Amino acid sequence: MKIVVDFDKCTSNAVCMGIAPEVFEVREDNFLYILQEEPPESLRPKMEEAVRMCPTQAISIEG
Amino acid sequence: MKSIVVVGASLAGLRAVETLRREGFEGRLTLVGAEAHLPYDRPPLSKELLAGEWEHDQVVLRRVPYDDLDLEFRLGVAATSLDVAARRVSLAGGTELEFDGLVIATGSTPRTLPGQPALDGVFTLRTIDDCHAIRERLDAGARVCVIGAGFIGAEVAATCRKRGLDVTVLEALPQPMVRGVGMVLGEVLARLHRNRGVDLRCGVTLESIEGHGRVEHVRLADGERVECDVLLVAVGVGPETRWLESSGLVLDNGVVCDETLLAAPGVVAAGDVARWPNPAFDGEVMRVEHWTNAAEQGVYVGGRLLHDDGDGPPEPFAPVPFVWSDQYDVKIQIAGRFSGQDRMEVVHGSLDDERFVTIFERGGRISGVLGFSEPRRVMQYRRMIAERASFEAALEFAAAAAG
Ligand SMILES: Cc1cc2nc3c(=O)[nH]c(=O)nc-3n(C[C@H](O)[C@H](O)[C@H](O)COP(=O)(O)OP(=O)(O)OC[C@H]3O[C@@H](n4cnc5c(N)ncnc54)[C@H](O)[C@@H]3O)c2cc1C
Ligand code: SF4
Repeated sequence: MKIVVDFDKCTSNAVCMGIAPEVFEVREDNFLYILQEEPPESLRPKMEEAVRMCPTQAISIEG
Repeated sequence: MKSIVVVGASLAGLRAVETLRREGFEGRLTLVGAEAHLPYDRPPLSKELLAGEWEHDQVVLRRVPYDDLDLEFRLGVAATSLDVAARRVSLAGGTELEFDGLVIATGSTPRTLPGQPALDGVFTLRTIDDCHAIRERLDAGARVCVIGAGFIGAEVAATCRKRGLDVTVLEALPQPMVRGVGMVLGEVLARLHRNRGVDLRCGVTLESIEGHGRVEHVRLADGERVECDVLLVAVGVGPETRWLESSGLVLDNGVVCDETLLAAPGVVAAGDVARWPNPAFDGEVMRVEHWTNAAEQGVYVGGRLLHDDGDGPPEPFAPVPFVWSDQYDVKIQIAGRFSGQDRMEVVHGSLDDERFVTIFERGGRISGVLGFSEPRRVMQYRRMIAERASFEAALEFAAAAAG
C-alpha cells in the first residue's frame, strides 16, 4: 500500500494527522509531511479513514 | 435488512451509502435528494467556487464512478413525509418507498429575516445554484452587503475582497461570532476583516430592505443607508425537518437521537439534521453544522444500521467536533465545545498576529481550542480534549512546546 497526497489540493488542515499521526505530520511550517509512504497493512483502516475524512480529497491509496 | 432508503444526497447521505456497501449490505439501496445534482461539496461555495477559481467539476464529492455502489437514485425529488410505523417514505409526485432501514440526512436550510422582501438580488447561500447565481452578480462587479458575520457571511466577505469588490457586513451583535468565541476573539475576527477593507458594522439594527423590483439599499435603525446590488442574508441555518413533522419522531431543533444516532428502531439520522447526546462531553446534547461531523456521522450510521444486537450494544458516537473556516490567507480552526463565557488562555503566538492558539476550560478540563493558521497545534489539543485532559495538563503541554 502506498500513500499519495495531491499537494495541489492539500490545504494542510491536519485532519489526517489527527487520525494517523504515525503517517501524517503537519509541522510548524504548516506543510504536510508523509512520515511513511508505504505504511504497514495493519494501518489500512486508518488510511482509508484519512482518505474519507480529508476535506479536500487530497489523499489516495495505491495498491 | 433487505432495503435501505437514504434521504438527503449530500455529504452525510453519500458517506452513509458508501459505508453500507463497504460493510457488505447487498440489498436495495435508494438515495433520495431534493437537488437535481449528484452530491457535491459545500465549503467551496463560499470560497473557491464563488471566487471563480474553481468550477462545478472540482466540487463533486465522489471522484470515482457510482456503479460500484449500485444505487437507485431519486434526484430532484423531495421526500414529503415519513410514516415510521408503516416504514414508508412518501416523495413529491406521490411515489412511496418502503424500507427496513432509513437514514435521515436532510441537512440544514438557511434562515431568512422576518418579512424578508422577495426582491431580485436578495440571496441566501446553501446550494451550488445559489452560488452560481451570486457569482454571476459578482462577475458583473456588484456592490455587496452581507447580513450576519458568522462563518458564511465572513467567508463571502473575504471572497468579495479577494475579487476587489466593495463589501459591507452588518452584524447585530457587538462583535462577529461573539456568542461562540467571546468579545476578545470577536475583536480579532473584526480586525481581520477591517484590515482588508471590509466595511464591518457591528451592533447595528436593520430597519428595512428596500428597492423597486430589485434590491437597492438596506436602511438601518439610525437612518443610515447601505447601497447594494447583492444582499446576502447569512443569519444562520436551521435543521431541515419540515418533511418529518407528522412522522412521530421527536423533533427539537433537529431529529432527536440516542447516543448511537438512532431516532427510532431502524431509523438513524446523520449530519446537520441530527441532535444527540455526546458522551465525550458528559452527554451534552448537541447538533453540529460542520463538514467533519456530517462525514463522520454518515460513516457511523451506515455501520449502526447494520449492527447486529447479538453482538452487544453498539459503540456510541463520541467525537470532538471540529470546524475550519478559510478567510483570506488565515486558516481558522476550532475543535471541542466552548462559548464566549468560558475561561480562555492564549497558549501560542499573540492575538495581535494572525497566528495563535487559544484554549478553553470547562469543569477543570480543556474543552475547546481555536487556532489561527496553527493546524498542527489545533490537532494536538483536539486530541487532548478527546483524552479528557485537565486544563492544567494542557497549559503544561503548551509551556513545554513553547520551550
Ligand atoms: C457555503 C457553505 C460553506 C461551508 N463551509 C464550511 C467550512 O468551511 N467548514 C465546515 O466544517 N463546514 C462548512 N460548511 C458546512 C457543511 O457544508 C455542512 O455541515 C454539510 O454540508 C452538512 O452535510 P449534510 O449532508 O448533513 O447536509 P447538507 O449538505 O445540507 O445536505 C442535505 C441535502 O438534503 C437535501 N434535502 C433536504 N430536504 C430534503 C427532502 N425533504 N427530501 C430529499 N432531500 C432533501 C438537500 O437538498 C441537500 O442536498 C459550509 C456550508 C455552506 C453552505
Ligand atoms: S487532511 Fe487532507 S488537506 Fe488536510 S492535511 Fe491531510 S491531506 Fe492535507
